[in-house]
Amino acid sequence: MEISATHPQSFWSKYVFSTDHKVIGAQYTLMGCIMAGVGGYLAYVFRYNLAFPNAYIPLFGSLSAQQYNSFVTIHGMIMVFWVGMPVLLSGLGNFLIPLMIGTDDMAFPTLNMLSFWIFLFSAIVLLSSFFVPGGAFGGGWTMYPPLSAGGYLNHNPEFFKALFSGTSMLILAVALELVSMLMGGINFLVTTINKRAKGMTIMRIPIVVWFIDIAAVIFMFSVGPLVAGAFMLLFDNVLGTGFFDPARGGDPMLWEHLFWFFGHPEVYVLLLPSLGVLGEVFPVFSRKPLFGYKPIIYLALISAFLSVLVWAHHQFVAGIDPRMATFFSIGTILISIPFAGMFLSFMATMWNGTIRLTVPMLWAVGFVGLFLIGGLTGLYLGSNTFDIYAHDTYFVIAHFHYTLFPDIFFGFFAAVYFWFPKFTGRSLNKTLGKLHFWLTFLFFNGTFFLLFFNGLAGQHRRINDYSYFSLVMKEPYITFEKICTISAIALILSQFIFIYNVVVSFAKAKQGVKNPWESATLEWLAESPPPHGNFKEYPVVYRGPYEYSLPGASQDYLPQNIQEEPVTNTKN
Amino acid sequence: MEATHPQHLSLNIKKVPQGRMGLWVLIAGELVIFGGLIACYLEYRLRYPQWKEMAAHTSTFIGALNTVVLLCSSYTIVRAHEAAQKGNISKVLIWMSCTIAGGFMFLIDKGIEYYREINEGFTFTSPALQQAGDHVGSLFWSFYYIMTGLHGTHVLVGMIVMFIIMMQVRKGKNLHRVELAGMYWHMVDLIWIFLFPLLYIAK
Repeated sequence: MEISATHPQSFWSKYVFSTDHKVIGAQYTLMGCIMAGVGGYLAYVFRYNLAFPNAYIPLFGSLSAQQYNSFVTIHGMIMVFWVGMPVLLSGLGNFLIPLMIGTDDMAFPTLNMLSFWIFLFSAIVLLSSFFVPGGAFGGGWTMYPPLSAGGYLNHNPEFFKALFSGTSMLILAVALELVSMLMGGINFLVTTINKRAKGMTIMRIPIVVWFIDIAAVIFMFSVGPLVAGAFMLLFDNVLGTGFFDPARGGDPMLWEHLFWFFGHPEVYVLLLPSLGVLGEVFPVFSRKPLFGYKPIIYLALISAFLSVLVWAHHQFVAGIDPRMATFFSIGTILISIPFAGMFLSFMATMWNGTIRLTVPMLWAVGFVGLFLIGGLTGLYLGSNTFDIYAHDTYFVIAHFHYTLFPDIFFGFFAAVYFWFPKFTGRSLNKTLGKLHFWLTFLFFNGTFFLLFFNGLAGQHRRINDYSYFSLVMKEPYITFEKICTISAIALILSQFIFIYNVVVSFAKAKQGVKNPWESATLEWLAESPPPHGNFKEYPVVYRGPYEYSLPGASQDYLPQNIQEEPVTNTKN
Repeated sequence: MEATHPQHLSLNIKKVPQGRMGLWVLIAGELVIFGGLIACYLEYRLRYPQWKEMAAHTSTFIGALNTVVLLCSSYTIVRAHEAAQKGNISKVLIWMSCTIAGGFMFLIDKGIEYYREINEGFTFTSPALQQAGDHVGSLFWSFYYIMTGLHGTHVLVGMIVMFIIMMQVRKGKNLHRVELAGMYWHMVDLIWIFLFPLLYIAK
């Protein structure tokens, strides 16, 4: 295995059909950003309709009830599977794992490329489902049968007509996306296990690599039943079997179990990589070692184990046995303990540190603050007595946007502002970055905070036009709806600051920044941007990744690859 | 400066080779897929005792024959691996051909079985049963075909992969891949060991 840095490459083999982990990471991230644009546009359209029912929607037109359902469904699907997954798991994993463990590329570069192309194909299948007769699937992003087992209207569906329906295409797209992520997960695990640099022992791996790998393991051990289930649901649609259709002997509850057995661990698959980003950002900008490196890893392993034991808390009103509901309530409340532990460790890292309030640090601190609200409301919802009241209301919507929005977007932006100089050799404008953060922070809260009150007042999530329900929808909740929609539009518009910032930075000449944050991990050792093959020579690792403010050292941080006594202040 | 080979710098621990490691992870993923399917089947099987009447239509003889065929083909792939370790290419080719022949035998048996069952009206959707109002019974056949079909697909893929590896081994390349093919084939075998009692014996 030689480091092949020099052989000439055409445009196609360098940027399109590339096996280089950085190019594939960029492809995933770019694709995730494009899909986030689509998801944001859908959100804009249906939010506008909620605040101003039956009004003409600028840049769209008027929205029918069926279209409203499709847009809500596909918005959820896109944001979880086509934004969160590629950006956090595949994007970060591809960019960071080989560089941070000190190697040249992934263990299986061709498999890596293949996984991206399958992902791209799945995105195309998903988006084209808007244009088939009947439009995209509108039965909610959880695809509960019998709505999703559409063949129940006709026991012998026409094969091609059923195959090119919104329902089937959504199921197919999800199945393809899951297969693509499985292939990526194999790569992450094998790369981390087999290709670490000399001296990079298990307990010297940076926290973000640990967390991406734990996320990949959770993903692998929970997704299998859903892959099988997705094909069963597809056959229900196109061939007329009855796996999930009560009219044909099946049981829709089985799908709910298969979906949530994956769907709940999926939340932690999305959460762990961006918590890992926080684990990198906090020590660097507090100039202190990460507080409790090993306990954080053990907590993540505990949460991984618990994550597959809590899924049925999504089904408290679906008619499950109350004794089972108690079990899942307890599990759900238990799982908050490891995550509380991680957040406390991050705060303890900042405690008494020399805090540098840079742009990535702002996003990281914002993440912790917002996730706190999401996590605490999650404790309420985890208890089945409260969940029965709040189920399917805007309280739930507000809760999971307070968890997933900081997770996906704040985590992603912390990572982008942190590693952008590394992967492009350019730097982003700080003032614009701070403006971007504060506007996003403000308008995010404006969008979702008031929805908690709307939810507790009884507003249901699946109703597109509340003007028919004037008893539920009265002041101040109508005003809340309008504030929420206007904030959401402003939130989307604030993202153009980021796009502008990136475009301007690419328009300038390369600056060749070396290690702007004075970080100790291995990726800063390579050139910026790292060439194909990453390192000039493979680094040797002498210590853990977070050696900041060492007493007696020549500078306030010690990179992992430098041999110097006193070597370390921890036992690693 | 020219980069040094990572092997010189690697940790002083014995590593599992990359391909084998990747295949273990793949097998773990595959087992979860089949595990989910088997769990769904068991859930319905316990709920619907009348499934045993449907299971009575599957041929225990052909199922048992296929079990023997698969176990024998697992033995031959182990012999191929042994020969590959010794570098005996002609023996590798012979034993691998035996394994592929076993796969063919399995698929032919499966085909005969499918032919008989389809002739009796038990298909993936079993319209005859549906029309008679026996939705639960037709669901058994949906499970039967999806489980054996997915397994059969794995047999077919295994045979194709083994053929490709044989072509490489013939030129003296990639002898280590014989072991990987063997691991995959054992997984296919193991899954059948679960499917056989569930679909053919429990009546």
